[in-house]
Amino acid sequence: MADSGLVMHEEEFTLIDAELAKLHQQANAKLTFLVDKNGQLITSVGETKGVDTTSLASLTAGNIAATGGMAKLLGEKEFSILFHEGEKDNIHISLIGQRVILVVIFDQRSSLGLVRLRAKKTSDVLVKMFEDIFVKIEKERGVKHAVKSPFAEITEEDIEKLFG
Amino acid sequence: MSFINYSAREINCKIVYYGPGLCGKTTNLLYIYKKTNPDSKGKMISLATETERTLFFDFLPLSLGSIRGFKVRFHLYTVPGQVFYDASRKLILRGVDGVVFVGDSQVERMEANVESMENLRKNLQEQGFNPDTIPCVVQYNKRDLPNVVPVAEMDKALNARKAPIFEAVAMSGTGVFDTLKEVSKQVILELKKQA
Repeated sequence: MADSGLVMHEEEFTLIDAELAKLHQQANAKLTFLVDKNGQLITSVGETKGVDTTSLASLTAGNIAATGGMAKLLGEKEFSILFHEGEKDNIHISLIGQRVILVVIFDQRSSLGLVRLRAKKTSDVLVKMFEDIFVKIEKERGVKHAVKSPFAEITEEDIEKLFG
Repeated sequence: MSFINYSAREINCKIVYYGPGLCGKTTNLLYIYKKTNPDSKGKMISLATETERTLFFDFLPLSLGSIRGFKVRFHLYTVPGQVFYDASRKLILRGVDGVVFVGDSQVERMEANVESMENLRKNLQEQGFNPDTIPCVVQYNKRDLPNVVPVAEMDKALNARKAPIFEAVAMSGTGVFDTLKEVSKQVILELKKQA
C-alpha cells in the first residue's frame, strides 16, 4: 500500500480534540475541523448543525489536492495556506505536516490576521502530535497484533450482514 | 487509505469508480444514492460541467452498518473519465482502498476502455499501489445495448488480473449493488489481512 492507514486511539483523539477546541476558542471561529489529506473527517469543533461536514471534508481535501497539483506545475513544493473569502463566512485552510488539513471557518466576529496567527500556532503543536501518531502506527505495524484491530477476526458473515 | 478511529468507533474507507468518459461511473453512484436508505447516506456531491460531465469528482458517503461494534463508512468517488483530466484522476486515486473499473460494453468504446484501464494501472503505480493486488472489481456496463462486446472478449482485453466481474446496466441498477458489495468485501478483507 502507498500510505499506511490512519489509526487513531482514544488518548490521541482527546489530545487533538482539545488542541482544536483551544484554537476554535482563541480564533473566535465558527467551525474548526481537521481532515485527513484523503478527505476523511478526523474531528470538528463548533457550529456543525446544518453543516454537512463529511462533504465539506471531502471537498477540502479535493481543494488541497488540486492546489497541490497547481503548485507542482509551477515548480512550488506546495501552497500550504488557502483562504476563501465569502460575503459572510470565510475559510482558512492550512496543510499540516503533509498529512492533515486544518480548516477554520469564521465570520465578522474574527479576522484573517487572528485566524492565521492562531492556526499557525496550533499547526506547530499538531505537527508534533501527528508525527507521534504515525511513528506509533509504524511501530505497531512492525509488532504483529500489538493492538487488536477490530478487523482481525472478521468473518465473511460479518461482511454479508452489512448488506442485509 | 482507511481511517480507523477508536474514539468514535468508526472505520472509513475510500472506493474509486474509474473508467472511460461516459461509461456510467456517475450513473452507478446516482443509482446507489437513489436506492439507499436516507439514514445511511450523506449528500451526493457532483463537481460537473454545465453539460453534466464530471469535472473533478462525484462523492457519496455511505454508512453500511457496524462490524464488531465499529461503524463502517465507505466514501465513494468517481473520477472524470475524459482523457485530458488525467491530473485530476491521479489526485482522486490518492489513498484509495478499492477500485471499481467501469467498462463501456459498446464495440466502439473498446479502445477507450483499454486506454482507461492502462491509465488506471499507470496511475495506481504512480501512487505507490500494486495494480495487481489492490482490491478491484471490473464492471461491464450497458449490457442492454445491442452492439455489445462479448464478456469473454472484454475480459481478455481488460481483465488480465482476473478480478471479479459483473455485468451491469447502471441506468436500471442491474449489477450496481453486486459490484459495490464485492469491492467492499475485498476492501474489508484487505483490512483484515493488515490487522
